Amino acid sequence: MEVKDPVLDIQDVSIKFGDFKAIKDVSTSVGKNEIRFFIGPNGAGKTTILDAICGKNKVSDGHIIFHSDKDGDKDVTKMREYKISDLGIGRKFQAPSVFGGITIEENIELAVARKHSIYCTTFLKLSKEKKDYMNYVLEFIGLQDKRFKYPGSLSHGEKQWLEIGMLMAAKPQLMLLDEPVAGMGRKETEKTAELLKKIKKDCSIIVVEHDMQFAKDVSDTVTVFHEGQVLDEGTMESVQRNQKVIDVYLGRG
Amino acid sequence: MKPRPAMKIKGTTILVLLIFLFLGTLPFYMPMFRVSLFGKYMCFAIVALGLDMIWGYTGILSLGHGVYFGLGAYCMAMYLKLEASGGALPDFMQWTGMSALPTFWKPFVNPVFAIAMAILVPMALAILIGYLTFLNKIRGVYFSILSQAMAMIMSTLLIGSQAYTGGSNGLTDFKTIFGKSINSPITKIQMFYATLIALVLIYGVCRFLTGRRVGRVLIAIRDGENRAGFAGYNTASYKVFVYALSAVIAGIAGALYVGQVGIISPNEVGITPSVEMIIWVAIGGKGTLAGPILGALAVNGFKTIASENFPELWSYFIGVLFVVVILWLPGGFVSLKEVPGRIRHVIEVRKNEKPRETENFVSEEKQSRAH
Repeated sequence: MEVKDPVLDIQDVSIKFGDFKAIKDVSTSVGKNEIRFFIGPNGAGKTTILDAICGKNKVSDGHIIFHSDKDGDKDVTKMREYKISDLGIGRKFQAPSVFGGITIEENIELAVARKHSIYCTTFLKLSKEKKDYMNYVLEFIGLQDKRFKYPGSLSHGEKQWLEIGMLMAAKPQLMLLDEPVAGMGRKETEKTAELLKKIKKDCSIIVVEHDMQFAKDVSDTVTVFHEGQVLDEGTMESVQRNQKVIDVYLGRG
Repeated sequence: MKPRPAMKIKGTTILVLLIFLFLGTLPFYMPMFRVSLFGKYMCFAIVALGLDMIWGYTGILSLGHGVYFGLGAYCMAMYLKLEASGGALPDFMQWTGMSALPTFWKPFVNPVFAIAMAILVPMALAILIGYLTFLNKIRGVYFSILSQAMAMIMSTLLIGSQAYTGGSNGLTDFKTIFGKSINSPITKIQMFYATLIALVLIYGVCRFLTGRRVGRVLIAIRDGENRAGFAGYNTASYKVFVYALSAVIAGIAGALYVGQVGIISPNEVGITPSVEMIIWVAIGGKGTLAGPILGALAVNGFKTIASENFPELWSYFIGVLFVVVILWLPGGFVSLKEVPGRIRHVIEVRKNEKPRETENFVSEEKQSRAH
């Protein structure tokens, strides 16, 4: 599948854990302002690929090229995670992982700040512009009334939105979301879908998800993984008609 | 949008101010002996503050801070020792048959150099150890074990190189400090206030840091180091920074300690004192700045009182205190104010449970009758 104006090019990537090849020669590209879903059965390698993009897993073969607006094309396979984050790739993990010891506003504040050195965090204050954006994000995820509370008081769904807000606050070019609606009710899922559609205007999103209704509602394109390889790629409709995809994944529900 | 809650002075801040007030007025109504004791406790409070920065705020449990305390203390003690011997060979070196002063001892005749070293040596060692461990992602219990091994190595080294360090006797028999008699009441009072000023300043620095964004980054590292990394923060460099900071604080405490107590030996450097330091923080309340100060003062004060009144039993009292705090006050002394609320909660839960219990009992009885 050809993508024009790509943000991310994954080129013949393989990932090994010892002798086990979790990912075999995967190639795909994600375009600007696209919501891409990675779907497939458990163990297909969806999360492994996300981990490779954000620097948590080492790539044994191939390249992951990120087309950064400010730094040009970069191969992120050999970079440390905080540098990848600075480049403009934000990552949300499966379990909500917000910082419980600081308030909701401070959670967003840490994410909105773009200067991360010890000197800057000690002596500099946030600019007016950053503060405004922080307020905007708090409003956007619907937590402005709870900003001075601690994340421990939030529901599961709210924690997920807070984390999405933290990603947004960093203004990434690419967001990686691992099962953002797992454990959410219908209503919460719908609200998450709305959030993602709005966020999409400013960045590209890769979502790993098992919720097929959610994938249908939100996705522009879908990549189906099976046993570490790409099985099919295209819109949700076209993928759903593929007999192979039905056999290994969709048909079982 | 809800307004920011009005800035109110927190209870813990008032507590710290009261403690400072108490310490500041202490020499006016307490005998000299007690004043010196509190001078010692304040040194411990300083160490506890530094430990709380890495443990309470950043979540790194170091079981080897006696090393940094000891380095600071030994640097200062080398100066005091040389002043006592007038720059000549110190007494213990003569006993071990040394003929000339070792080269690394020589500059310590200068007090400014000694004080600078008491700060720089712990810092340099902490940065080195920090880089080797944190950059290689050695975390949690592995770091704790490593730090404890360091404390053991340090005390073994000090005992082993007796000719240079005084061995297991340590360094003692000091006579003057900055040219003044070390045992005169005026010098003692001066040293007491110097320690108090150091405590207040270090408290101020810690408060400044925890109030800034850097403090929130440290808490973020404690709550989810990976997440903080993916938010763009170089967590390893933050950990090295806070580890070095706490080492410097421990070094300063050691330098202040040795002048007031008059001795530093491997006993104050090894594993046992290192673990004791952690206990002060835990008892006082980690993750707050009032906690470690209160903990160090209270535990050591209690220790003194108990050992004076019950010379045979005092260690049991300390043991009981630890058990009680860990079982019922996981937040330490500073969380005492939450206790009434918790008791009320327990009573309410019990009340609500009772009727249900009898219900079950009745239905069970019915069942047994039906049989």
